[in-house]
Amino acid sequence: MKDSFINRKYIIMAFVVIAALILLVRLFVIQVVKDTYRLSADNNVLRYVTQYPARGLIYDRNKNLMVTNQAAYDLMVVPAQVNNIDTAEFCNLLEISVSSFRDRMDAAINYSRRAPSVFLKQISAESYARFQEKLFSYPGFYVQPRTLRKYTKPIAGHILGYVSEVDESVVRKDPYYKAGDYIGKLGIEEAYEKYLRGRRGVTIYLVDVYSRIKGSYADGRLDTVAVQGEDIISTIDMDLQEYGELLMRNKSGSIVALEPLTGEVLALVSSPNYDPGLLVGRIRSENYSKLSADTALPLFNRAIQAKYPPGSTFKPINGLIGLQENVIEPSTLFGCNHGYMFIGCHSHSSPLDLIHGISNSCNAYFCQVFRRIMENPEYPSVEAAYVKWKEYLDQFGFGQRLGIEFTNELTGLVPSPEYFDRYHGKNGWKALTIISMAIGQGEIETTPLQMANMTAAIANRGYFYTPHVVKAIGTDIKPDEKYITKRTISIDSANFEFIVQGMEEAVNGAAGATARIAALKDIIVCGKTGTAQNPHGNRKDHSVFIAFAPKDDPKIAIAVYVENAGFGATYAAPVASLMIEKYLTGEVTNKYSEQRILDLNLIAGD
Amino acid sequence: MPVTRNINIWNRLDKASIGIFLLLVIIGWFNIYAAVFNEEHTRIIDLSQRYGKQFVWILATIVIAVFVVVIDTRFYFFFAYFIYGFLLFLLLLVLFVGKDINGARSWFQFGTLSLQPSEFAKIGTALALAAYLNASRHDLGKLTVFMISVGIIILPALLIVLQPDMGSAVVFFALFIVLFREGMSPYILISGLLMAILFFFTLIFNNTWLAISLISAALVLAWIITRKWKLCLLALGILTGMSLLVYGLNSLLIKSLKNEHILLISVLLSGVIFAVYFYNKKAISLLMIYLFLAGSLAFVNSVNLAFNNLMQPHQKERVEIMLGIKSDPHGTGYNVNQSIISIGSGGFSGKGYLQGTQTKFKFVPAQSTDFIFCTIGEEWGFIGSFVVIALYVILLIRLIMLAERQRSDFSRIYGYGVVSIFFVHFFINIGMTVGLVPVIGIPLPFLSYGGSSLWAFTILLFIFLRLDASRAEYLV
Repeated sequence: MKDSFINRKYIIMAFVVIAALILLVRLFVIQVVKDTYRLSADNNVLRYVTQYPARGLIYDRNKNLMVTNQAAYDLMVVPAQVNNIDTAEFCNLLEISVSSFRDRMDAAINYSRRAPSVFLKQISAESYARFQEKLFSYPGFYVQPRTLRKYTKPIAGHILGYVSEVDESVVRKDPYYKAGDYIGKLGIEEAYEKYLRGRRGVTIYLVDVYSRIKGSYADGRLDTVAVQGEDIISTIDMDLQEYGELLMRNKSGSIVALEPLTGEVLALVSSPNYDPGLLVGRIRSENYSKLSADTALPLFNRAIQAKYPPGSTFKPINGLIGLQENVIEPSTLFGCNHGYMFIGCHSHSSPLDLIHGISNSCNAYFCQVFRRIMENPEYPSVEAAYVKWKEYLDQFGFGQRLGIEFTNELTGLVPSPEYFDRYHGKNGWKALTIISMAIGQGEIETTPLQMANMTAAIANRGYFYTPHVVKAIGTDIKPDEKYITKRTISIDSANFEFIVQGMEEAVNGAAGATARIAALKDIIVCGKTGTAQNPHGNRKDHSVFIAFAPKDDPKIAIAVYVENAGFGATYAAPVASLMIEKYLTGEVTNKYSEQRILDLNLIAGD
Repeated sequence: MPVTRNINIWNRLDKASIGIFLLLVIIGWFNIYAAVFNEEHTRIIDLSQRYGKQFVWILATIVIAVFVVVIDTRFYFFFAYFIYGFLLFLLLLVLFVGKDINGARSWFQFGTLSLQPSEFAKIGTALALAAYLNASRHDLGKLTVFMISVGIIILPALLIVLQPDMGSAVVFFALFIVLFREGMSPYILISGLLMAILFFFTLIFNNTWLAISLISAALVLAWIITRKWKLCLLALGILTGMSLLVYGLNSLLIKSLKNEHILLISVLLSGVIFAVYFYNKKAISLLMIYLFLAGSLAFVNSVNLAFNNLMQPHQKERVEIMLGIKSDPHGTGYNVNQSIISIGSGGFSGKGYLQGTQTKFKFVPAQSTDFIFCTIGEEWGFIGSFVVIALYVILLIRLIMLAERQRSDFSRIYGYGVVSIFFVHFFINIGMTVGLVPVIGIPLPFLSYGGSSLWAFTILLFIFLRLDASRAEYLV
């Protein structure tokens, strides 16, 4: 029979072919053109489990352990796997409230239902031990071990720094870090982060749709093993540090002790300070806020951040420059009639030579010296002479960061000629305009570290090494070049001898010597007192003392600042003396002096 | 009595079709093996695993195929209605004694074996349709013939909707392709397609603007046909006036009509005025345009109603996700999202057999059944996908050619029934795995895991191959 619709078979065939083509085009697009799906599939199935290495340990210079690690446990959760758990018991074990449980759970769900996220950070070992027995009854929860810092003694917080979670800005800048990682902040922890952190390992697992681990990816060929952080040997002498912190208790101020021969920091005390153990683990952020809010500024590292006028401890420098510039000789005599111009002086015999000028800390003497330096006919102008003078100061490291490892070190201030131009006009200032700097007052500002370093340079008779707090890293890592490079000052060592003599005289000299309180029985201590004017109005001046010992084989150079304690000899000098004896002999003989310092409370009721 | 010749049936079975059938079954088995593969069960014949069961069902399906071929063709011809009726009875029965799986009563449970009557109902429907159109000289121009044909198709679909199993029900509408081949007005097919498009547009676009667009389109169409712009402007004026009137009435009195309701009512009321013109001028084409417009607007108005009241929430969501109205990659959209990731991650040449991570670690639900194509896409890549699609296209084209060479109308119509059913399964199943079609759970013929579907598709195909092999027996 006739079939008038036979041609419709072509339409139907075309229909089939077009439908197939639509499918093929779509398949071509998702399989060949777009490559995002492969990534999505990988994200589905690859689980990167980080192996956190233990952070390197920190020892003191005598290989006593200062910082070690303690185990802590981050409780992780995969929300999709959590079911049927006894919330009350769970919260009880972890000592959290039920509402906190819900908040944490919501946060985790918000992040991802299927990927693990941190539920509770840094559970202590004890909580973990209790919790672990029950872990099996909480599906979806597991524990990721982490390490936290532990301090053998509650000292040296400012030197060590602390460890906390990385900031988002760091995560964005440095691809090594991921949110939730730990990083060293301040101190040695920050400066040597690269070595201390070690290398994270990663194990890549294949997981199924329920996040169950189904085996390692690519037979573990892409996995990396965690490498423990390098241990660090610090230059700090723990006993000395501890003793220094003890002496400075209830006082504001700072002690910096260096080994002159190497620039190694033996002790670096800033008071008031804090127990580094307060900045560990879950209590860290709460304690940190408390410390930040404390008006006594325990987080402020006076040793490298406080800027004081150096006071009379600055006189040796002007003496040295005077000698080197040939404007005085050791035998040059200057008279003193209770001062110079508007600068007063205390009672002492007169006239004095350089050595006794130092030992008696005569203001008039150094004003004369300073004036001669500034009005040296060798130079066309006061400004040129000042520039030369500043050059010497630069060599000592004043007005700049010395270069200790700490990133928060401040520069202090040695004014440039332009600074004075701004106040007095070009050529509008003379030696007398800036005469306060002769005795370490006026515009100049230095940090305790810079003063200790100056002392070390004097002890070395003309050179120093950049102060540093780390002696060795790991077993075979070379120390930073800058800490083993000698920095020489262009002043003859012979000239230093006279200054050393003056400082010896100041401690061990006859009547009129200012620092006899610092003298020790069998050790020749060389020192210089100072009184830094307190810029804060009517409060007492800061007591300052610099010293090194023994005179001919210096093992320690020290700068001591006791704020609001008055004249340098009163408190700073005995503190320095006790520190020197403690370091050199391990014992303190002058128990009376020690007790006097320990009893001194300059903070209470202040 | 037809005159018969004795011919060796086995030699006359179409080799190409059987070859593709076997290829697809084998490909299916290997991919089911991959989809359910795990290290603890590596034996090929392991009856606790799906690939082990599928192996048994493949063996059974071959026995069934032989059985189907052995039966005399006259059986299918004479018992077509009986088979149809019996399967309708099973569809009714399953509603009462069926086993509840995922909220649907679609399965008979006999011990460990479960059968899904809706899969077999397609065979009965294809046979009954062929028998009816053959007897009625397939004059689909007659309204009664058309309506009865549609009834034959719709009846099992309705029973399946009651289970409820929308996906399997939708498949029956594929048989309209058969009606089209047998002379149904192409407008019905086009209308069907337009309705489908309009359905999606209604869900995607603002209904007021959609209605206005439809009215504008009708006016433009009227101008194209009549070239009388004054007439069209007049119509526009009448419609606008009527709309303003209804709008005003609504604002004052009724207050519950939406804009698209107002437009529909306006078009209907204006129809009274238009009708006079249509009658006087005998303007049939304008009448058709008018009816089409009114129909479309009525459809737009009812889609929202139907969508919100008749469809199950999960089906609504699936449609919304496919249309991009909703995005929910962890909820309802999870299947499709993971399915596309699987297929997309296969790349050009695939990850290799048993190397698909999406497949191995069970990221795609129902991967051995409805989403078996994911395994192919992931492990065999674009090449594998292309081969499978090509096999289906070749099979479908081959079956069309076989259908067209039939001497008996019954055989040809049945052949097109087979083509239609295979085609809709093929397109919808793969389409849903790549996110082109909403997820309706229907299997991919011969590849998906499952005894019922495999056997039903085998019977469907082999009845036709048997009819084809013995086409020379009837010298009608």
